[in-house]
Amino acid sequence: MKLWDCFATALRALLNNKLRSVLTMLGIMIGVAAVIAVLSLGRAQTSVVEQAFATLGSNLIYVMPREAGVGGMVGEATLTVEDAEAIARHAPSVRKVAPTAQTYAQVVAGSERLNSLIAGITPEAESVSNYVVAQGSFITDSSYRARSRVAVLGSEIARTLFGEMDPTGQTIRIGGRQFQVIGVLESRGMGFGVEDLRVYIPLSTFYVTVAGAQVSSRGNSVDMISVQVKSSSELQSAKQEITAILRSTHGIREGESNDFRVISVESVARQVTQVLGILQLILAGIAGISLLVGGIGIMNIMLVSVTERIREIGLRKAVGAKRRDILVQFLIEAATLGVCGGAVGVGLGWVIVKVMSIVATSAGFPFVAVVPGYAIALAAGVSIFIGLVSGLYPAVRAARLDPIESLRHE
Amino acid sequence: MLELENITKVYKAGQTEVHALRGISCRIESGEMVSIVGPSGSGKSTLMNIIGCLDKPTSGNYRLDGVEVDKLNDNQLAEIRNRKIGFVFQSFNLLSRTTALANVELPLVYSGVRNRRQRALQGLEAVGLAHRITHNPSELAGGEQQRVAIARALVNNPSLILADEPTGNLDTRTSQEIMLIFKRLNEQGMTIILVTHEPDIAAYTQRTIKLRDGRIEAS
Repeated sequence: MKLWDCFATALRALLNNKLRSVLTMLGIMIGVAAVIAVLSLGRAQTSVVEQAFATLGSNLIYVMPREAGVGGMVGEATLTVEDAEAIARHAPSVRKVAPTAQTYAQVVAGSERLNSLIAGITPEAESVSNYVVAQGSFITDSSYRARSRVAVLGSEIARTLFGEMDPTGQTIRIGGRQFQVIGVLESRGMGFGVEDLRVYIPLSTFYVTVAGAQVSSRGNSVDMISVQVKSSSELQSAKQEITAILRSTHGIREGESNDFRVISVESVARQVTQVLGILQLILAGIAGISLLVGGIGIMNIMLVSVTERIREIGLRKAVGAKRRDILVQFLIEAATLGVCGGAVGVGLGWVIVKVMSIVATSAGFPFVAVVPGYAIALAAGVSIFIGLVSGLYPAVRAARLDPIESLRHE
Repeated sequence: MLELENITKVYKAGQTEVHALRGISCRIESGEMVSIVGPSGSGKSTLMNIIGCLDKPTSGNYRLDGVEVDKLNDNQLAEIRNRKIGFVFQSFNLLSRTTALANVELPLVYSGVRNRRQRALQGLEAVGLAHRITHNPSELAGGEQQRVAIARALVNNPSLILADEPTGNLDTRTSQEIMLIFKRLNEQGMTIILVTHEPDIAAYTQRTIKLRDGRIEAS
């Protein structure tokens, strides 16, 4: 028997029972759609997170004070501007260093007044932290050296203070002192919106104007030192260099623990995407259970179908069908159920992904979900496989039927 | 030509053995029209299954056109059934929801021949059903259904047609029509073996083999 005839026979049998065939496919359909949706949406989510981390800057290491848990002192001031300078000078793997100190202060512009986070930064912050200036300019070396009273606004606070007006050149009061707005930053985007609410001033100015606890007898402390490493391959060595430098400048003896933390953005990003990946796998696994149920449904219906068609099988054998012919006929029927269910499922999954993308985008959440090719290939493979596996037992039963008894079957 | 030599068939029913055939020897020449008759339990069906290569004898030799059929495996038997034997059943055994034409084509599907449609059409014309080719069995009268079955039996040019109570489900007039078709086929040279318990039907054949208790009583 030619393969094409096997297909024709199987298709005719399925078409003879249209409703039943469609209902049988439903399980596979839903399963495949669910798996496709989970994989696609998961991938979109991962890429959103990756993008968010990319806006922070590449090859970044953050140095922060030790976590203030046990000691009870919030915001332990263990890092200083001198530490940042030491890292810049002595760590060979480091390209640039940008220390930051922050405090809350009242910001007044015209009749608008609000409490905002004021960040003291250095000109290096622009390239290290990937700040993009939307209007005006960033803090320059000269204004840093001159301790100028200039401020750069985050996009959100600029809108709050000035509305649609261009803030550059305007005067604001920070902690009662006059500053001139020289620039506005572009939005940092999803996940890091806090930075859009900050006011950036030169770190040198920070210490002589708004600084609180940062200025003490121990020197000018910073809340964070952002370090840009020369290349991603040097992240590890940079971490070691920084740790060694800070241990020695802080006079930490061997065996004593660090009073600071060194974290690379990449490692945090990797952890987050890893967790997301595991979550996606779990979700896809749950969706996959419905594929299993669909497979059981196919097997069930194929068994019913074999029982119903015992006489037909007997007749086919009498007119010359071999075991193999019967086996292939029923296997193709089952596989076709799987494949058709899978194909419709891919379409359904695609629709789900599109709808969710549209809903997310209209809700202000730029979420570009596409159905990845591997998901389609996977779905196709899995649904053929499920069809074949669930069809195997019924098909073997059909093929083994004795022609004489089958012909006599009522 | 068909030769049976001391054919026996023993079924095991639990502990007891049932001797369905106890040594059947006979010879049916090409072009003969023979009926096999006998009361129920005489071994008619068993003999028919063996002649039709649906079953193998427990012992004895069966040659069909010189081929020692009792030595063949399942796949070879399927091929013999496909090429050399045309079955006609009491209950027609047509595929439901399948056109007359597709039903007649069925044996050709398994022999993988070309121009199936044309040969099936010729078969249906031969039994006078050329105008019914697109009808499903449920749309056909009993006699018409049996004629489709005869067309199906003929379509692969078999060596013999094996008809098991072919008129059992038909009224007298339709039975006569069907028997006339068999008669005409026989006159054209087809070997025909009829299994029946109706003397009227057996009367159409040239020779009657009477079975009783698994033996040939008269031939």
